[in-house]
Amino acid sequence: MAGFLFWKKKRKDEPEAVVETTAEVAEVAEPVAVIEPVVVEPVVEPVVETEPEIEIAPEPEIEPEPEPEPEIEPIVVEPIVELEPEIEPEPEIEPEPELVAVELPKRSARKGIRSLFSRIKFDPENLDELEDILIQADFGVDASVSIVEEVKTRAKKSGAETEAELKAILAAVIAESLEREDKALNLSDGKLPYVFLVVGVNGVGKTTTIGKLANWLTEGEWSVVIGAADTFRAAAVQQVATWAERAGATLIGPKTEGQDPASVAFESVEAAIKQDADIVIVDTAGRLQNKTDLMVELDKIRRVIEKQAAISEVLLVLDATTGQNGLAQAKAFAEVAKVTGVVLTKLDGTAKGGIVFSIQRELGIPVKLVGVGEGINDFAFFDAQEFANGLVS
Amino acid sequence: MFGNLSDRLVETFKNLRSKGKLSPADIDATLREIRRALLEADVALDVVKAFVNAVRDRALGDEVSKALNPAQQVVQIVNEELVAILGGEQRKLAFAKNPPTVIMLAGLQGSGKTTLAGKLAKWLKDQGQTPLLVAADLQRPNAVNQLQVVGERVGVPVFAPEPGNGVGNPVKVSKDSIKHATQKMFSVVIVDTAGRLGVDEEMMQQAIDIRKAVDPDEVLFVIDSMVGQDAVNVAKAFEDGVGITGVVLTKLDGDARGGAALSVASVTGKPIIFASNGEGMDAFEPFYPDRMASRILDMGDVLTLIEQTQKNFDEAEARAMAEKLAKDTFTLEDFLDQMQQLRKMGSLKSMLAMMPGAGQMRAQLDQFDEREIDRTEAIIRSMTPAERRQPKLLNGSRRSRIAKGSGMTVTDVNSLVNRFEQAAKMMKTVAKGGVPQLPGMPNMPGMGSFGGGKSKGKDKGKKSKSGNPAKRAAEEAARLSGQKPGSAPTEGSGSAFGLGN
Repeated sequence: MAGFLFWKKKRKDEPEAVVETTAEVAEVAEPVAVIEPVVVEPVVEPVVETEPEIEIAPEPEIEPEPEPEPEIEPIVVEPIVELEPEIEPEPEIEPEPELVAVELPKRSARKGIRSLFSRIKFDPENLDELEDILIQADFGVDASVSIVEEVKTRAKKSGAETEAELKAILAAVIAESLEREDKALNLSDGKLPYVFLVVGVNGVGKTTTIGKLANWLTEGEWSVVIGAADTFRAAAVQQVATWAERAGATLIGPKTEGQDPASVAFESVEAAIKQDADIVIVDTAGRLQNKTDLMVELDKIRRVIEKQAAISEVLLVLDATTGQNGLAQAKAFAEVAKVTGVVLTKLDGTAKGGIVFSIQRELGIPVKLVGVGEGINDFAFFDAQEFANGLVS
Repeated sequence: MFGNLSDRLVETFKNLRSKGKLSPADIDATLREIRRALLEADVALDVVKAFVNAVRDRALGDEVSKALNPAQQVVQIVNEELVAILGGEQRKLAFAKNPPTVIMLAGLQGSGKTTLAGKLAKWLKDQGQTPLLVAADLQRPNAVNQLQVVGERVGVPVFAPEPGNGVGNPVKVSKDSIKHATQKMFSVVIVDTAGRLGVDEEMMQQAIDIRKAVDPDEVLFVIDSMVGQDAVNVAKAFEDGVGITGVVLTKLDGDARGGAALSVASVTGKPIIFASNGEGMDAFEPFYPDRMASRILDMGDVLTLIEQTQKNFDEAEARAMAEKLAKDTFTLEDFLDQMQQLRKMGSLKSMLAMMPGAGQMRAQLDQFDEREIDRTEAIIRSMTPAERRQPKLLNGSRRSRIAKGSGMTVTDVNSLVNRFEQAAKMMKTVAKGGVPQLPGMPNMPGMGSFGGGKSKGKDKGKKSKSGNPAKRAAEEAARLSGQKPGSAPTEGSGSAFGLGN
C-alpha cells in the first residue's frame, strides 16, 4: 500500500523535515517560509476576494483555488501574486506551498479476504463450475458468466491447464476489472479542508468506517473534524462521538435534538475552516435508496456543504454481505450524492462482496477502502490485486 | 434489472401459448428464466437448484400436461413451492407457560437487532404484555444508549446495568435481567445481543453462554433482507452455533427482493416469524409467506403475464368472485371518486409509464389523452346522485340533459355509459381468472387493457377489480415515488408487505 502520499496543511510548529519524500516536494516546500504569515491567522473569511488573484495565475495546472484561504486584506494578498511566477516554472507543483506531504500508516486487508474455494475445491477440468462459485460470491449471474468466458478464452490462448495457471488467470481477470487509476482517496488537490461525505443504507457500518478513517488520518497527523449529521437514529451522535474521541478528532454535533442534518453538515465544514482543519468527515443517517424523501435530504446535505467547500469524496459504504441489491444502492446513491468511491465493510465474515465487481463494471465507481473487523485499525485501502489473490488463494 | 424478468417471460410464454401444451423443452426454458430471477433476487444458488428441480418434477407430471393453460400452471407451481418453503402458514410467537417469556435476538452486525427490539417491545406492549428490554450488546459503541433511547420512545423499561462500549459482561447482564424481570413481574424479556459474525468463534460462544443463562423461549435470528448469497452460511453458522427457533427479516421497506428469506428458511427449516419494514416503531408485522413469495418472484409482473396468456377460466372460482364483486357494487360515483384520486397523484401517463412491464404499452400510453379525464368528470358531475348510483336510469331525455349540462354531446354520454358497463363487465372477467387469490394481482392488470386509446373508462373499471383501485393505485404511486407507505393495511397488495417489489 505504499505510495499513497497526501498533502495536508503545515502547522506552525511542524518541522519542515517531514517533507523529504521527493525532491520536488522539498523544493516546493521552501516557499512555505515566505507564505506562512499569510496562512497562519487569517483563515476567517470565505473565498471571496481571492477570485481575481486566481485568474491572474497563468498556469492552468495549478488548481483553480491555489490557496485555500489566502483571501483577507489586500495587503497580505499582494505578496502572493508576486510569488506565483516563482512557483510556476516548476511544472510538477501539485500541493500548495503551505502543505506538507504525509504518508498514512500502512494497513492491509489481506486477513479479511477469504478464498472462493474454501468450500468447493477448484476443478481445472470443469471451468463451468467456476460460474456457480462466482455466483455464490455475489458476483451476479451476468458478471459470473462473463468472467468465466474470459478465463476460458485466455486459458485457451495460453494453453493453461493446471490449477495454479487457471487460478492465476482468474485472479488476473478479476484484478484487471477492479484496478483503477483513481482508487486513492482524493487527498491531493490541495484544496483544504478536504470534505468527505459518508453515505449508505442502514446498518452497513458507516459510523464504524468513519471512526476508523478518522483514526487513520489522525495517526497520519491530520487534523480531523467529524460532523455528526445522523440526527435521526437513536444515539447515533453518541456512537460517532465515541469514535471521534478514540480517534482524537473534533466532533461537531447537532445543537438540538433532531436538528436538520444539512445544517449540522454546514456547521461542521464551517468549524473545520475556522479551526484550520485538514479534513471534515460528515456522517449521515442510513437511508434505503428507494426512499425518495430521504434521498432528497441527502441531496440537500451535499448542496449545503458545497456552499463552503468542494467535496473531495462521497463514500458509499456497502456491507460485503449485500447481494444484488448493492447495485441498486450504488445506482441510487451515485445519482443523488455523486458517489466517488465505495467502502466495502465486514469483509472479515464469510461474504466475499462480489457485488462490487458489477458496481465498478456497470457504474464505474471504484472501491477505495475496505473494512475487515471491529478493531480501529481493521481498515485498509482497497487493492485489486490483493483482493483478487485473496479470492483465488 | 427487474423489468427484464417480465420481458423474458413474455417471450417464453408467447411460445408456450402458441403451442398450447408444454414440452419438456418449454418447461426448461421457463425454468431457466425462473432460476435467473431467483438468483437476481439473491436466493442462494444451492437453494435455487433444489427448488428448480422440484418445480421441474411437478411441472413434468400430469397436472401440467393436462391443463388448459400450462404456462399459468408452471408459475402457479413455482408460487406454491415458494410459499411452502417460506413456511406455508404463519407461525406465532411462542410464549412461556410461566412468565416471563424470554426472547433472545441474535444476528450479524447491522442487521437491525436493536431497532427490532424496540419494535417487538412496542408490539408486545400493544397486546397487553409488559415487556422488558435488556441491553446485552456491550460491544458496539453506544448500543446500550441506543436501546435506552428506543425503550424511551416506545415506553418500555430497559434493563441496562452496564454502560457498554466494551465494559461489562453480557452473560451476567442477561442472567440478572431474568431475576429482575421475575421480581418486577415483567411478562416478556427481550434480550438484545451484540452483532456477531458466524465465523467469530469467541463471540458465538458468548451467544451460546447467553442462551444458557436465560433459557429463552425464542431465539430469533435477525437478518437484513438485502443480504446476498452469504445468507445460507450465516444462517447455518447461527443455527449450528447458538441455535435458533425463528427468523426475523428486516429492512423490507427497501427494494431488495429478499431472496435471503428463502435461503434462510430453506437452510434452517425455521419459520420466519416477523417482518420489519421501516424506521418507525410501528413498522413491524407478522411475516406473510405468500407476500414474500410474490416479492421474490416479482410476481406482480408474472401474474400479469398469466393474465395475458389466460384464455380459459375456472367456472366455480369465477362465480365466487363475481359474487364478491356483486356485493361491492361499483357505481359511477366510485368511478368519479377514483378519477379524482388518480388526479391528485399527478400525471396518470407518467405514473403508468413507471410501472414495471409498462414498456410494451408505451406507444399506446402516448396516445392517451389526459383531458379525457376532464371530460368524463364533467359528464359524471352533470348527473344526479341517483343516476350515478344507477346508470340504468339514464334514458334519452336524461342523457340529453347531461350532455347539455356538461357541454358534451349525447354521443359522448352514451360512450361513457358504454365504457362504464364494459368496465364492470371487465372487472368480472378479470375476476374470473381466479388470480386474486394470489397476492400481487392488483399490481398490473389495468395495464393489459390500456390499448384502447379512448378507453380509459374501461381501464379504470378494470383496475378497480380489486375493489378499491384508487387505494391500490395510491399505494402504487406511493411506492413509485418512494414515500413511506405508512402503516396502513395493504390487503391484496402486490408486493410483499405492501411495499416495493
